[in-house]
Amino acid sequence: MTAIRKKNSGTSRSDLVYRVVAVGAAALVLILMAGLMLELIVNSGPSILKFGVGFLGSTSWNPVTEEFGALSSIFGTLVSTVIAMIIAVPLSLLIALFLVELAPPAISRPVGYAIELLAAVPSIIFGMWGLFVFAPFMADHVQPALKNTLGFLPLFDGPPMGIGMLTSGIILALMVLPFITAVMRDVFRMVPPVVKEASYGMGSTTWEVTRKVTVKYGFSGLLGAVFLGLGRAVGETMAVTFVIGNNHNVSSSLFAAGNSIASTLANEFTEASEPMYLSSLVELGLVLFVMTLLIQIAAQLWIRRVAKKAGGGL
Amino acid sequence: MNPIKISTRGLTFFYGEQQVLFGNDLDIAQGKVTAIIGPSGCGKSTHIRVYNRIYELYRDQKAGGQVLIDGVNILADGEDLIELRRRVGMIFQKPTPFPMTVYDNVAYGLKMHYKLSRSEMRDRVEEALKQAALWDEVKDELSRPGMALSGGQQQRLCIARAIAVEPEVLLMDEPTSAIDPVATARIEELIESFKGRYTVAIVTHNMQQAARISDYTAFFFEGKIVEFSSTEKIFTNPNEKKTEDYITGRFG
Amino acid sequence: MKPRPSTGRKLTDLFVKGLSIAASLLGIFVLGWILFEVGARGFAALNWDFFTQLPTPPGVEGGGLSSAIVGTLIITALATVIGVPIGMMAGVYLAEVGKGTRLASAVRFTVNVMMGIPSIIIGLFIYTIMVLPFGHFSGLAGAVALAIIMLPVVARTADDMLNLVPNELRESALALGLPRWRVTFAVVFRSAKSGLVTGVLLAVARVSGETAPLLFTSLNSVYWPTSLSEPMSNLTVTIFNYAMSPYPDWQQAAWGASLLIMAAVLFVNIISRGMFKERKK
Repeated sequence: MTAIRKKNSGTSRSDLVYRVVAVGAAALVLILMAGLMLELIVNSGPSILKFGVGFLGSTSWNPVTEEFGALSSIFGTLVSTVIAMIIAVPLSLLIALFLVELAPPAISRPVGYAIELLAAVPSIIFGMWGLFVFAPFMADHVQPALKNTLGFLPLFDGPPMGIGMLTSGIILALMVLPFITAVMRDVFRMVPPVVKEASYGMGSTTWEVTRKVTVKYGFSGLLGAVFLGLGRAVGETMAVTFVIGNNHNVSSSLFAAGNSIASTLANEFTEASEPMYLSSLVELGLVLFVMTLLIQIAAQLWIRRVAKKAGGGL
Repeated sequence: MNPIKISTRGLTFFYGEQQVLFGNDLDIAQGKVTAIIGPSGCGKSTHIRVYNRIYELYRDQKAGGQVLIDGVNILADGEDLIELRRRVGMIFQKPTPFPMTVYDNVAYGLKMHYKLSRSEMRDRVEEALKQAALWDEVKDELSRPGMALSGGQQQRLCIARAIAVEPEVLLMDEPTSAIDPVATARIEELIESFKGRYTVAIVTHNMQQAARISDYTAFFFEGKIVEFSSTEKIFTNPNEKKTEDYITGRFG
Repeated sequence: MKPRPSTGRKLTDLFVKGLSIAASLLGIFVLGWILFEVGARGFAALNWDFFTQLPTPPGVEGGGLSSAIVGTLIITALATVIGVPIGMMAGVYLAEVGKGTRLASAVRFTVNVMMGIPSIIIGLFIYTIMVLPFGHFSGLAGAVALAIIMLPVVARTADDMLNLVPNELRESALALGLPRWRVTFAVVFRSAKSGLVTGVLLAVARVSGETAPLLFTSLNSVYWPTSLSEPMSNLTVTIFNYAMSPYPDWQQAAWGASLLIMAAVLFVNIISRGMFKERKK
């Protein structure tokens, strides 16, 4: 009797430990998140107090006079991200179309695998390739061609240096492409075959089925994929730092060097010795964090909507 | 017998290595309703899926033999699938409204296949919805999503969408198996009303349905056509023992 | 009514199909281009010294990145030791202990948000709590930063994989009188093993290539790693520093380091994916 009770109480004690540890790990997730937000806000304090909302709209960045503003970094983050999305979203859609609708499994599988491997290539490798291989390629071939054809636009004005906003945007596009493609592929696969059959049965071509039916059917999912890519592109650091040129500069030309929030942090953080300089950099980080948070929350809400819709029997 | 619209000769069908149709011959009469019955897995759905070559979406499915529509073999290489599928519409087991409004669902094929002005388009959509006996129910809700309609309405919407492009043949693959009896009755009425205008080939596992609406009936068993005759003959005085066993509910 | 000719529609369709094939080829081409450049340039930098010697100043012959290789191994291993158990337990909470509770859905939401936080922000956070107060960079801070990046990835994988395990298995194990913790670790984990291992390996591969979170935490060093409380040499920050330097021999060393990192990351990726597929069959 006593032996059994002892064993039972031992069991319940070990189960209690198990539960406590699990709850502790889960709570740690929440604590880390809260701590992260708190630390960013507290350490941004001096900068927030000094510059106020004007921080977001100011282009000055002067460590000597300690005048700091986030505008050029925010501008660079937005421009490089927009370029990346303009390139990556249609490419991903086309690749997903290829993988799901066009290619036989014997081709679709290895191609899909290659795209997945591209997602695994570390950011710094994209940076190395971007700086030493792709930027010179841009300077020698792509940018002169753009200048000759579209040079009348201020976007494509200026010396073709290779590094700069356009190159950063293209490399970002290549980096987020696999993530967007993977989600889009899954969305395409979720469309019930009978709906596609019905569309083909009306005499549609593959492209018409995709454009008029599949894309509409999976619209929420596709938008979720775009959000995912957006979140990644906004915070991508190393590859951008290598090729963006790192210049606090707002230029209408995509050939010009610029900076992004992440690249400014990567470049200047370890040099920042003055408290105000450091605080301004942390505030930049806070701005980036809020941007990704908004994108994340928007994306999660969308994905939840899709899940609900799918659960409700589309 | 009426003039023949679709003439099937020696039709074979494979899912990968597995053969499911074995050299079948079948004539579908113009402007009549031909029912295809048989136990599940007998190849009846597969058979009509050859008529618009929809099976080609799947790489491992292959058809052999000939299907002559108005005397032209549609299984031949040069066949224009877009035009074929405009002429041969298909209705599926489950309603398949597209993720768009009621109006856009019906206009879907029209926009692709015809060049119409806005008012012509409106007229054609209205006409198709009327033919599908759906107009009175949806005329005030044309901009609602097609998926918001009831199951029976969705199926009639799909029928309206199919007939809007003026097909010659309608293939129906168990079109009432997913909807309730009242809605089923409405669709059966609809099919009756199509006689003379469209050539209908309908697959059904519901023998009463076949008896009620069809002019001719083909009984499929294990990938072969056991018997094909007028519906009246099949249901009152079949030649084959197997047919009799099936329609009297001894198996299937 | 006569239908309009479909030639234009067919041409558009062909055109898009062509674009679709071209886009896929472009994806493969970029992967191939990167692999080729890193492989060729990196291979030229590799030699015995590269693996065995300490870094030398620019222009000085010989020298290698042995300290950085060891540093990266230490930081990644330590991050794994910290991040994987906590992530696993958080996943256990989500899928087993707290399943269906409001806390679980809050944690799940947070885990998903955390996965999307840029790694440089994690570095910034660890800087404020582990570097700023102590006044110096440290290898430990770097490892903690990487652990925090791993945590949500591991937790999410564990949650997903444990949820795939059928409930009957839990019920029959509980019916045998096993305590909950043993049901989880001896029965549920075993049945989800290949998915969990794959998830952990992919998380390790991902953080071993991370640079940004190490920039303000572990920083870099030219010395042999001896203490976790000092800046620690590592491959990725070395690549950054060397690549940004004007010295050709440093830049070449950066290519060598890039090849090592890329080979390791892709190797783990290929192995773990292959393994998962194998087991799934």
